[in-house]
Amino acid sequence: MTESISPPAVEMRGIVKRFGPVIANNHVDFTLEQGEIHALLGENGAGKTTLMRILYGLYHPDAGEIRIKGQPVVIHSPKDAIAHGIGMVTQHFALAAPLTVAENVVLGYTDGFRLDLPAASQKVLDAARRFGIEVDPNARVKDLSVGQRQRVEILKALYRQADVLILDEPTAVLTPQEVEQLFEGLRRMQSQGLSVVFISHKLHEVMAITDRVTVLRQGEVIGTVRTQETTPAELARMMVGRPTFGVSKPDTSPRDDVLLRLEKVAALDSRGLPAVKDVTLHVRAGEILGLAGVSGNGQRELAQVLEGVRRCTGGYIVANGHDITNAGPRKVMAAGVGRIPEDRHESVVLDLTVAQNMALEHLDAYTRGGVLDKKRMRAHAEQLIEAYQIKARPDDPIRTLSGGNMQKVILARVLERNPSVIIVAQPTRGLDVGATEYVHQKLVEQRERGAAILLISEDLDEILTLSDRVAVMYEGEIMGIVPPDVDLETLGLLMSGVRIANEPENTEAA
Amino acid sequence: MKLRIEKSPAPVWFRPLIPLLAILFTILITSVLVILVGANPFHAFYYFLIDPLSSRVSFIEVLVKSTPLLLTGAAVTFAFVGGFWNIGAEGQMLMGATAATAIGIHMHAAPPWVAIPLMLAGGFAAGMAWVLIPALMRVKLHIDEVVTTLLLNAVALLIVSAILNGPWRDPVSQWPQSPEIAASAIFPKLIPRTRLHLGFLIALAVILIVWFILTRTPFGLKMKAVGLGPQAARFAGINVDRTLLISALVSGGIAGLAGVNEVAGIHYHLIDAIAGGQGYTGIIVATLGGLNAWGVTLAAFFIGLIDTGSQTVSRALGVPIYLGDVIQATLLLTTLAFLLFQRYRIRIR
Amino acid sequence: MEQAVWLTFLVGVLAATLRVATPLVWASIGEVYTERSGVLNLGIEGIMFLGAFVGFAAAAKASQAGLPGYLWIGLGAAVLAGVIMALLMGLLSVTLGVNQHVSGLGITLLSIALSMFGFRLVFGESKVLPSIEPFGQIAIFGNIPILGPVLNQYLLTYVAFLVLVPLAWWMLYRSSFGLSLRAVGENPEAADAAGVNVYRIRYLALIIGGAFMAIGGAFLSLAQLGAFSPGIIAGRGWVSIALVIFARWDPVRAMWGALLFGAVSALQLRLQTLGFQLPYEAFLALPYLITIFALAIAGRNAPYPGAYLKPYRRE
Repeated sequence: MTESISPPAVEMRGIVKRFGPVIANNHVDFTLEQGEIHALLGENGAGKTTLMRILYGLYHPDAGEIRIKGQPVVIHSPKDAIAHGIGMVTQHFALAAPLTVAENVVLGYTDGFRLDLPAASQKVLDAARRFGIEVDPNARVKDLSVGQRQRVEILKALYRQADVLILDEPTAVLTPQEVEQLFEGLRRMQSQGLSVVFISHKLHEVMAITDRVTVLRQGEVIGTVRTQETTPAELARMMVGRPTFGVSKPDTSPRDDVLLRLEKVAALDSRGLPAVKDVTLHVRAGEILGLAGVSGNGQRELAQVLEGVRRCTGGYIVANGHDITNAGPRKVMAAGVGRIPEDRHESVVLDLTVAQNMALEHLDAYTRGGVLDKKRMRAHAEQLIEAYQIKARPDDPIRTLSGGNMQKVILARVLERNPSVIIVAQPTRGLDVGATEYVHQKLVEQRERGAAILLISEDLDEILTLSDRVAVMYEGEIMGIVPPDVDLETLGLLMSGVRIANEPENTEAA
Repeated sequence: MKLRIEKSPAPVWFRPLIPLLAILFTILITSVLVILVGANPFHAFYYFLIDPLSSRVSFIEVLVKSTPLLLTGAAVTFAFVGGFWNIGAEGQMLMGATAATAIGIHMHAAPPWVAIPLMLAGGFAAGMAWVLIPALMRVKLHIDEVVTTLLLNAVALLIVSAILNGPWRDPVSQWPQSPEIAASAIFPKLIPRTRLHLGFLIALAVILIVWFILTRTPFGLKMKAVGLGPQAARFAGINVDRTLLISALVSGGIAGLAGVNEVAGIHYHLIDAIAGGQGYTGIIVATLGGLNAWGVTLAAFFIGLIDTGSQTVSRALGVPIYLGDVIQATLLLTTLAFLLFQRYRIRIR
Repeated sequence: MEQAVWLTFLVGVLAATLRVATPLVWASIGEVYTERSGVLNLGIEGIMFLGAFVGFAAAAKASQAGLPGYLWIGLGAAVLAGVIMALLMGLLSVTLGVNQHVSGLGITLLSIALSMFGFRLVFGESKVLPSIEPFGQIAIFGNIPILGPVLNQYLLTYVAFLVLVPLAWWMLYRSSFGLSLRAVGENPEAADAAGVNVYRIRYLALIIGGAFMAIGGAFLSLAQLGAFSPGIIAGRGWVSIALVIFARWDPVRAMWGALLFGAVSALQLRLQTLGFQLPYEAFLALPYLITIFALAIAGRNAPYPGAYLKPYRRE
């Protein structure tokens, strides 16, 4: 070994991690050189986050070895990781909201029993200045925007003298401008010698910011390449393992009748701030309208309004000829609307059984003379379990099901009633490839059957593959509606809040 | 060695064993106290668990002791299943007893078939009324009902005390105790020359109704959905607020019946010890009974057994009578801990 | 003449206010520590009861054995008992993560049952309890008029107001332990990720809380009353729970709340002797009703700790 070559910042060799029968990491090798920005690329469930949680001491590997700057180490907890100069910023910020920025930053890293807040604020400010991060150390975290909170998280790691920074999907919650600011910050940190692991499944970001890319698929390393020597197409191939999605849309075109009509719909978020502003959308029979956008731009609130669980503060909604504005879940369902919500735990009661959950939305149908018809509930469940290939028994608590099977239960409950309108949000989040394909297949079947489907997703590939038209939402407004074969640049502009001059709706028709 | 708690649901056949394991464990640790007193734990638990069942008189006494516990246990169960953490059965019971007394002392002209249903209705209504404010605060303002129901227990006791020291104070003896209720308002005895009274049948009927509602009606399923996952219940179109409110009110009403039972079946007048902690014991009964009607029946009977036994133990072995209370409280805590085996297992490595 | 009567009245009320508030300050400060870590300890009523009993029993026994400083032995025993119950609460609510409402209530039931059991065991069925010479009031202000009668108080009263409350404030907002405590109570995941041991902090909070609650109970049996009876706590634990919410989890405000309660109680006792006819129960019910009312007004804006009632378990 010569002097000039410094040992890698982090070396992980043969890492194995199992969760029950699932292998999340299968003999993964990963090397992070000092001063590089290294992407960990892969689909949901590929094992990227698991690998980094192992490095940060949140999980313990079943096998494998970790070296930091050439020294073999065992990392039991985040505390150990921090001591080795590793910092991690997760998707869910680990911040205590009522506490100030400075308090959050110094938490767990105070010297002495006495807490010298002015001194701590000063040190936080110094660290922030050094890396060009703008933040007020005395502000309370609850008053900060998402992007600012992320900066506090990064500051926390830097304050702890991290020289390895792990960022887990840092751009998922950011606006394009904030992404650009983040990238500038990362370059500045890199110039000061920090090494960065950048977990992502977004190709263009990986191409833009990283030096090298390691691609994971189903828990295994597919390869590590230099960013300059690769192309997005090659990375996509490595990531997915096949050129396109398995589901293809049939050639039938949507009919003319509009089944779901939103006119100037408005709604507030949970903090009482406007989240949906004058949204007008028309979804026709036999059409999938994709709703794209960066997370947190009002998609969630809009879905909840349509599902009947959030108040609509303006405009109106007509489904299947019924006015369902502020109608509540029962009337929404009665109007023939099927709802598959973003968070599966919001729509099934985890401790009730499969059969009970399948009947919950229509208990009247399982009641005879005021008494619950349990036999019928069971038979109904058995029938759906078979039809939708669900791996469960009617009396199993939903809690014991895998994410994919849970989603199938929800699909079965909704689709068995042949809804003419379907509101579906993030349908494949957290699902494995097989379950994802199954869900896509079902949605395409529904489209062929003639349902009007509003597909809300943050997974751009999912939207572009399935949709007939794509609406883009930004800060609660619809920026434009484009065909799915639109160029990515236009889409990116819309997602960053740049409106396109001529209405694409019209150009499409021409 | 390291203890790890892992998620792993217990097989269905194992679940009924959990309370039994908890009872066994409780007996083991409370035996230490018995030994401390210098008594033989085998003798003590013989008197606790077997002796009361060996004679007709004491067996009936066990049934008498379990009667209010069946009611408070059912009340707490009904609320807990519906997701309303009613810690106020004690206060609701006091209010039920007060209403029953207020009605009962004016029933001298009424026949029993008028007086008794009136008292039951009054007690039920009073219990409901006492839980109404916490229930509304929970539903409308999202305020934790545990603190409010708990605080109202203290207020209920003060109200009873104020009435007994004021308008209802016995003018002759000056005791803080109400006038006696009318003879026609007293629960008839089921077996002559024992203390077993109509209240026992009423309690069993209530248990039956609670069982039916919880397991056989759509409303019962809605209650479970609201209790276990309010968000998902709302998503499924269930009126969460209404369901919560009804669960709370019915629970309060049943607890009120427990108060009626004590006035009309045991004391025949109001005293401030009329609830005597049995509202709190209802929480033990409901927890030990696994929040289902048959479990509650067995649990109420078991606690009644311990209540009866503690007197015998105290008399025969000189062990303080409060050992019974210690066993009950310990049982609550061990059951809570052992219930974890439903969902988790502890792995040692 | 008239003036003198009112002065005596006022002095009496003020002195009694401090006395009545003392156990509430101890207990509610204890509960503030506990709840700020995210654990509601409904065992408070029982732990106060246990503290009152164990303190008295140990002091009485030590006094019989002729030990000097038997009161301090009693106080120490009370603290030990409170800590043991707090550890049990920790085992249930922190380690095992069971429902805090029911486990806390169970702790109260167990503590009271154990106290009564012990009471019979130690003192038998006899109606006459051994008497102890309780902690006396310290004559710091001697015979100075007004100041003397009002401020000559028990040591535990001085400690409560002059040490416990300021220290709690300092600990919460100016020490690294307090920062960890608040973080654990608000967002245990965040605290854990920052390297704070969530379980240790919660156990520490429970232990501190349990010790203070027990001292609050022991104050009654070892100082104010010098005796023990089953009615000794009479809901003071529940009042403290109410005070903590009322005080929005702040130690200084909890102290003001305790003083307010003390003043109302003291007034009520004296107004009664002056012949006011309102039942005294109405005054006793006041703190409960005020708390419920305050909760109704503050509503969901009450700044509950973020992780209130939530057990923490690493995935």
